[in-house]
Amino acid sequence: MFELLGIPPQALFGQLLLGLINGSFYAILSLGLAVIFGLLNIINFTHGAQYMMGAFISWMLLNWLGIGYWPSLLLAPVVAGVSGVIIERLLLQRLYHLDHLYGLLLTFGLALIIQGLFRNYFGSSGLPYQIPAELRGGQNLGFMFLPNYRAWVVVASLVVCLATWFVIEKTRLGAYLRAATENPTLTQAFGINVPLLITLTYGFGVGLAAFAGVLAAPIYSVNPNMGADLIIVVFAVVVIGGMGSILGAIVTGFGLGIIEGLTKVFYPEASATVIFIIMAIVLLVKPAGLFGRTA
Amino acid sequence: MAEALDTTRPVTAAPMLEVRDLHAWYGESHVLHGVNLEVAEGEVVTLLGRNGAGKTTTLKSIIGIMGKRQGAIRFKGAETVAMSSREIARLGIGYVPEERGIFSSLSVEENLLLPPQVQPGGMTVEQIFDLFPNIKERLQSQGTKLSGGEQQMLSIGRILRTGAKFLLLDEPTEGLAPVIIEQIGRTIARLKREGFTIILVEQNFRFAQTVADRHYLVEQGRVVDMIPNAELDKNIDKLHAHLGV
Repeated sequence: MFELLGIPPQALFGQLLLGLINGSFYAILSLGLAVIFGLLNIINFTHGAQYMMGAFISWMLLNWLGIGYWPSLLLAPVVAGVSGVIIERLLLQRLYHLDHLYGLLLTFGLALIIQGLFRNYFGSSGLPYQIPAELRGGQNLGFMFLPNYRAWVVVASLVVCLATWFVIEKTRLGAYLRAATENPTLTQAFGINVPLLITLTYGFGVGLAAFAGVLAAPIYSVNPNMGADLIIVVFAVVVIGGMGSILGAIVTGFGLGIIEGLTKVFYPEASATVIFIIMAIVLLVKPAGLFGRTA
Repeated sequence: MAEALDTTRPVTAAPMLEVRDLHAWYGESHVLHGVNLEVAEGEVVTLLGRNGAGKTTTLKSIIGIMGKRQGAIRFKGAETVAMSSREIARLGIGYVPEERGIFSSLSVEENLLLPPQVQPGGMTVEQIFDLFPNIKERLQSQGTKLSGGEQQMLSIGRILRTGAKFLLLDEPTEGLAPVIIEQIGRTIARLKREGFTIILVEQNFRFAQTVADRHYLVEQGRVVDMIPNAELDKNIDKLHAHLGV
């Protein structure tokens, strides 16, 4: 077998795949954050908890109601999305005229409450969730072994990200969203129901987080802290991509996942910090982020 | 504040829009101090006045985007002062804001199709292209890449699709070349012939004279006088005094 810079190809492609998997989660989660921030002007710190909820809801659907992975993939985001709608109507709606900081504090507090409740009920050791039968096993590609489920995660998240991008950039509903993001007052003065758009957008963003949670359930164990660990990195991804940029969130998510994977191969010591180093550099050179627009 | 009341003469038809003792605030700052005016169906009425007199604020109050407003604003008999701008728009009022309000994150076509239909009988896209042929060739461009004149046409055109027959136009000629101003003037005249009712905010009373039936003079948050278009020339000194031109 060939070698690259003294690195065996199995290790290189293995880490590349791992990076792509992480990138898939970064992309969906930062996309949800970007959509929410764009319209609500709220930095949704509950996002990690909502991702965790997605994983738990699919676990509960399976273990309590016997509903398997495939229906869960739709049901869990819907259930979490509805919880998001309730949060927006009851709480977030009262904060839009205030400083960003209030939204951040409220959603951070909510995250702690939600994680605390799940930890209290389920413990923090983690619950298993089986890979669905259709996706067990894998393909031998010659240079590496590709587990089917991991390939599915990458494909599913790409499809969801591109579909979201398409709806926002290319449809009538997306035009309403972009208009309401740019000038909510005028959009409302045309007779468009901006408060409803805002509520549905939050619900959708939460649904995206929960979708990522369902995808993650069979890979990582279902654990109340799974979101808290991930969300810090995702916020760095959002800062690098630029707050509120849809395409930026997707590209940066996948890109940073891959960079992180490659760092594990070439300089493992930096793999946990490389994203934050990139964030610091981007903040110095282009404070609005790679794809961000300066206000 | 009561002295302003007598300046509005009753118009012959029942007014389509009736504004009584309208007050409005930007935050703590009290900017309208009892505006009174009325507009009959089919009329073109202008609000003339200096910068900061309250013309734009009056339009914003009618469409419902001023944060705090008090008084009475009756449109087709319905009291709208407590309604949201969304509900007011749905009654059939179309708003063309100052600075045109073209969305930069939307293409020309998306800008044109953005305002939803609020009443039956709006113009088709083809009819709007007839009125403003320039727009048709630029449909895929970013909205704000259009010239100022084209943006103004887009801003008026998109409202004509909605079926709203009552239009609020905020300085549609501001900063535009004379040939474009003429085109906008012809458009307003045509809309009037087709039965639209229009309130036009203008600084340029020479332009206002070519399209309007009556003129309200606005000063320091009040309507201080009303001049029928036929008597505008007789009142030219008064106008100069109020407009400071």
